[in-house]
Amino acid sequence: MHPALLGVVTIVIGVTGCVGYFYGANLLLDKVLFPAAGPNIGRNINRREAIRPWIFLFPAMLGLGLYLAYPVFATLRLSFLERIPGNEYVFVGLKNYRQMFAEDKFMEALRNNILWLVVVPAASTAFGLLAAQLTDRLRWGNIAKSIIFMPMAISFVGAAVIFKLIYEARPEDVAQIGVLNALYMQFGGDTPQQWLTIPFWNNFFLMAVLIWIQTGFAMVILSAALRGIPEETIEAAVIDGANPFQIFFKIKVPQITSTIVVVWTTITIATLKVFDIVFAMTNGQWETQVLANYMYTKMFVARDWGIGSASAMIIMLLVMPILVWNVYNARKEMR
Amino acid sequence: MDSLAGKKPLVVWALNLSVLALVLLWIFPTLGLFVSSFRTNEQITSSGWWASLFPAEQTLQLRALDPDDFRIETATGVFTVEGNLFEEGEAADISRWGTSSRAPDAYAVGETADLGEGETITLATDGAYIWQGNDDQISGRGQRMFVVATVPPEFTGDNYNNVLFSPTNSENMAKAFFNTLTVVIPSTIIPILIAAFAAYALAWMDFPGRALLIAAVVALLVVPLQLALIPLLSLHNAIGIGKGYLGVWMAHTGFGLPLAIYLLRNYMVGLPRDIIENARVDGATEFQIFTKIILPLSFPALASFAIFQFLWTWNDLLVALVFLIDSSGQTTVMTKQIVELLGTRGGDWEVLATSAFVSIAVPLLVFFMMQRYLVRGLLAGSVK
Repeated sequence: MHPALLGVVTIVIGVTGCVGYFYGANLLLDKVLFPAAGPNIGRNINRREAIRPWIFLFPAMLGLGLYLAYPVFATLRLSFLERIPGNEYVFVGLKNYRQMFAEDKFMEALRNNILWLVVVPAASTAFGLLAAQLTDRLRWGNIAKSIIFMPMAISFVGAAVIFKLIYEARPEDVAQIGVLNALYMQFGGDTPQQWLTIPFWNNFFLMAVLIWIQTGFAMVILSAALRGIPEETIEAAVIDGANPFQIFFKIKVPQITSTIVVVWTTITIATLKVFDIVFAMTNGQWETQVLANYMYTKMFVARDWGIGSASAMIIMLLVMPILVWNVYNARKEMR
Repeated sequence: MDSLAGKKPLVVWALNLSVLALVLLWIFPTLGLFVSSFRTNEQITSSGWWASLFPAEQTLQLRALDPDDFRIETATGVFTVEGNLFEEGEAADISRWGTSSRAPDAYAVGETADLGEGETITLATDGAYIWQGNDDQISGRGQRMFVVATVPPEFTGDNYNNVLFSPTNSENMAKAFFNTLTVVIPSTIIPILIAAFAAYALAWMDFPGRALLIAAVVALLVVPLQLALIPLLSLHNAIGIGKGYLGVWMAHTGFGLPLAIYLLRNYMVGLPRDIIENARVDGATEFQIFTKIILPLSFPALASFAIFQFLWTWNDLLVALVFLIDSSGQTTVMTKQIVELLGTRGGDWEVLATSAFVSIAVPLLVFFMMQRYLVRGLLAGSVK
């Protein structure tokens, strides 16, 4: 079958299946299993209202359980196993982890990831806060925000191409077509640089891509938070003679701390999972490896599921504090 | 701030200028790709894209008309060829010119060059020339001329034609475009439905374990999908789906559910309690309440999630690599195609830029049309 046709059929089956399931299950519950009539009417109504939520929840729980919860445990299990010839698995304890930590490339990925985690959320949040504050009372502020927010819609792969053009290096005697080298040569550089092949610093050239994308997100959220600050607090500060910097850092920022934390953690999660940018731009060469790409290489290039799973568990471990923090906050809020 | 800034025009200026700088910095990268996609390979590799926006000084090699066809005997023994070096509509501003490649700037415009033995050429700024000489000199091929000219910006749509419609091209962006579309549409629609029902139950129904389920959704929101790759691929292989559209649709649906449930529940909880209670009192079933009241009222939240899911599935590379693209390459998506181009044809900037722009044009369009919903969804999804 042609894929597009298959797609249409899937949409129809999926949608009618969903609607049919919910409609049918509710009907079955109301009319057949526990009708609101007869001698047991009170008990029937109680029972069907106890069951109904689970009818509404079942497909979603199945999806969440199968596609997100189960894999966490399956990956954990796989990280303790090793494939032996004959497609069998044997339990090897922590061997995969030990082997992984002894590998230079893994330590490099871990180091780089920590660098990413320090730089990207901080830079994106700072730029976002700056953009939010500066555009706040500007007449063309909304247009400015739109443009800074725009990279959010661009894929990591598209952004990788965009930035490759910026970092492009041409031989010394011809015109530079990458803006970075053009500027570098303009301001007295001696030879054009292959920016992505300079160890350590190339990490920052890759991070620039993610910062460029995430700043818009930070700006949008922080801008809403800034608007939510009660006007009186600022007016009081103005009357007391505070200068704009004092107002910003001493009055505004403290009032939006919780939003800053949310933005920071959200970008941290995105940074931890960064894969496409490194995969498309350097594929981990020149000491730019990160965990997600290391894991992909192990799993689908080297086909070592044990170490691949072990490195995925490291990513999970790094996410864990934020996960706990989020759940804690969500529960606090519901009470 | 208003009152403060209003008093000092200097501050207002500084503010406007710094925002302008920030905006330019942010749009510059995308603009570069966009402009490059309208230039030929030769143009891209010979000058930076920013230079192409302005008239550029170039040295061109041109040739006068063929004397055998166009010469006119203006006086006895004196032949003249008159013409213009540029074709109609191809205007350029000549500043210097010459007749040898070693000295393309030997003469000023309007100056008459003496080519020896009475042969002369005069060239005007707009490219009009008069070439005079005797029978022998004005024959054979047209005189070669080198001009230093200021050429206006020149762009072409050929790249798009090539990348999308050329039957011989190996990049096949058109096919990848439709494949991407095939992945995206079911992956966007199906999770919405499933999540909407669950969100309603979590928002408005009372049952034991509700708080625990909400906490679980919040937890799953941040689980990296890297963990899901191997177990799910094994699962898909075991139940016979293997790699293909069905698998990628199911994967995207599963991965999109936490955000969908979270966003929709947050929104539905905020709907007025009275409406729902009244409907219940009036004897509406939960199913009716959901379809007739909740769904229509939740449209903004549904739209927000739809945009998120659309952008995410359209821009995704990892899930497609793992669950969709097999060795036959028939089911490749645009992101994968571009990564491939980066590897194999990294120097062909015109193909690369155009392909990349084709793939980001649709999300950009959606972004600018639906920005309001996107912002609303972001705010609902992260601000506590």
